[in-house]
Amino acid sequence: MSKPKIAFFDFAGCEGDQLTVVNLEEALLDVLEHVEIVSFREAMKEHSDDYDIAFIEGSCTRVADEARLKDIRKNAKIVVAIGACATSGGINALKNIRPLETVRKEVYGENWKDYDTYRARGIGEVIDVDYKVYGCPMTQSEFVKVVKSLLTGTQPDIPNYPMCVDCKQAGNVCVFEKGQTCVGPITRAGCDACCVTEGATCWGCRGLVNDPNVDAHKEVLEKYNLSVDELTKRMATYFTNELPKG
Amino acid sequence: MSNGNLNIDIHYVTRVEGHGNIVVNAKDGNVENVQWQGPEAPRYFEAMVIGQKWDMLHHITSRICGICSIGHTSASVKATENAMGLKLSDQSELLRRLAIHAENLQSHVLHVGYLVLPDLVGVGSVIPLATSHPNEVKTVIKLHRIANQMSDLVCGRTIHPQRIIPGGFSKVPTIDELKGLKDTLLSAAPDLTAVGNLLKALAPKLPNFTRETEYVSLTDKNEYALYDGLLGSSLGDTAPITEYETWTNEFCVPQSTAKYTKRKQDSLMVGALARFNINHAQLTPNAKKYAEEIGLVAPCYNTFMNTVAQFVECIYMVDDSVRIIDELLHRGIKEETVEVKPKAGRGIGVVDVPRGILIHDYTYDDDGVCTKANCIIPTNQNHNNIQRDMEALVPQIVNKPQAEVELLLEMLVRAYDPCISCSTHYLKVNFNNK
Ligand code: SF4
Ligand code: SF4
Ligand code: SF4
Repeated sequence: MSKPKIAFFDFAGCEGDQLTVVNLEEALLDVLEHVEIVSFREAMKEHSDDYDIAFIEGSCTRVADEARLKDIRKNAKIVVAIGACATSGGINALKNIRPLETVRKEVYGENWKDYDTYRARGIGEVIDVDYKVYGCPMTQSEFVKVVKSLLTGTQPDIPNYPMCVDCKQAGNVCVFEKGQTCVGPITRAGCDACCVTEGATCWGCRGLVNDPNVDAHKEVLEKYNLSVDELTKRMATYFTNELPKG
Repeated sequence: MSNGNLNIDIHYVTRVEGHGNIVVNAKDGNVENVQWQGPEAPRYFEAMVIGQKWDMLHHITSRICGICSIGHTSASVKATENAMGLKLSDQSELLRRLAIHAENLQSHVLHVGYLVLPDLVGVGSVIPLATSHPNEVKTVIKLHRIANQMSDLVCGRTIHPQRIIPGGFSKVPTIDELKGLKDTLLSAAPDLTAVGNLLKALAPKLPNFTRETEYVSLTDKNEYALYDGLLGSSLGDTAPITEYETWTNEFCVPQSTAKYTKRKQDSLMVGALARFNINHAQLTPNAKKYAEEIGLVAPCYNTFMNTVAQFVECIYMVDDSVRIIDELLHRGIKEETVEVKPKAGRGIGVVDVPRGILIHDYTYDDDGVCTKANCIIPTNQNHNNIQRDMEALVPQIVNKPQAEVELLLEMLVRAYDPCISCSTHYLKVNFNNK
């Protein structure tokens, strides 16, 4: 069997997920034994539209991007969204919480109309997505896991339970005990709660767990006497496009 | 031969960060049109942070760029620290410098090894090199991995660091980790030499193109400035960072409304070559020796030599990292708690990151909520210089075959190591490319 051809594409994002792939270092050479990269603009000059698997980073933020996304969908047998910007809009969705016109004027002043933009969205709102690799950036291990799954035609085992489970396993002291706010209770696990381990809190970059218990989360805040307003702000960082409106 | 007729439309230059296009038209040797364009989708970071609290800003603005996320985080926390009057401990200062070295090293190795070497060997990417030059590629990968290990160890993560927070660090490496890092860096000396020799052997393939321009970087009387310093120009003057707006003047050009920057001359350049030209006397002896051997002499006006300047900096950063680690080992290292009382004010944070001077400027209200933000991105300062370089270079090469001209122009853009996705929250280009 010939090696599957893979291609990388980027939309509005920081290229941190593509860098995560490059950062596989020696392990990337192993991946290359099993696949053939035919397009990766950030790393290679060659480009081909003949590919089986498309990895897409970044959000769709303007009408003009939709056609490009649809072309990729047409060419690829499998589409994988890599990183929060692609899976849900990620950090880009922060621009959605305030009126678009205000946002555009703040950055471009009187020229604001010259820059085409609309509500930042995950690519799944524009085209069908077969696999999602969560996180900002995605973790190397989950990327490799998903690649292995799609090469063998199986479904990767991605956690669907809250971050607090990972966090307890990592042996962290809950940041609520220190008076800080954390969105871990409603965030999808799978990164070993690495940011809490590094002394930060969970910001929610892996997105909402399915069926999040938002009310119970707010009760936790009340218990620790923390502000719901702050929590709402924290939730907006990565969940803007995922939370039910209102 | 092209007989002086060129119709170049490179839609997305490859092996650069972000999307950039090159358009050139020439007829019978007359250059009619030369355009460097940036069609990236803007992301509106300065608006995203409005209404956000001081302890969120570095997390958000880090996402401007994955490659320079440590730089953005550092500039961001420095702006917040300046706004709130926070002083860093000596330990945190040392760790911040180490963090910047780690990222600059990672980014430079990536650029020299993965993005530029293929041009010099005449292939399209590092992938065929893995077969034709396996040892060299493995050495580059090893150096890149070491730089990333250093970021992990100091910042908790390579991309979008977690430990760097306003006021200091949320977690610090242990003495044993630092000792291990020092050993790793010292053991990398032969690898650096190997890549250095390869670059020396290939350097004659770098085009010999010069155009005098102004260089701008941080400068400091005590060190080769990266983490801190005054604004400095190759024309000799300096200014405190609070005056940045008069240094990064943005202006519109007639046909393309691209916001370009210039100061005293037609355009300016930031990045490794600018830093080398201004601060070379403060490099370590190893770095100076390599610069001399490869023929990099200040002032150097050849943009293509920016890649060489980056490698000189790699040598410097490994040396200086070992010095910083020694100092930390000597002092001992301890976890420090950071107390922040938010207050109203404006703060400016600056760092010289892989691609040049990066500035974050925030204004906060009494509750520490951001009311105004401005980020000045290195590549944004270079766009005008890229355009001017192209305008100077194209007439010199107009009679070469089109493919060769295309390659040279792509190599020119790559030499800047541009980070177009970060820069485009300001870049504005007119797409009338006829
Ligand atoms: S998900 Fe995060 S790392 Fe990936 S492109 Fe978006 S901002 Fe960058
Ligand atoms: S720190 Fe966050 S993720 Fe960890 S247990 Fe507490 S709420 Fe959950
Ligand atoms: S701990 Fe939270 S913010 Fe950090 S990587 Fe995991 S999901 Fe993302």
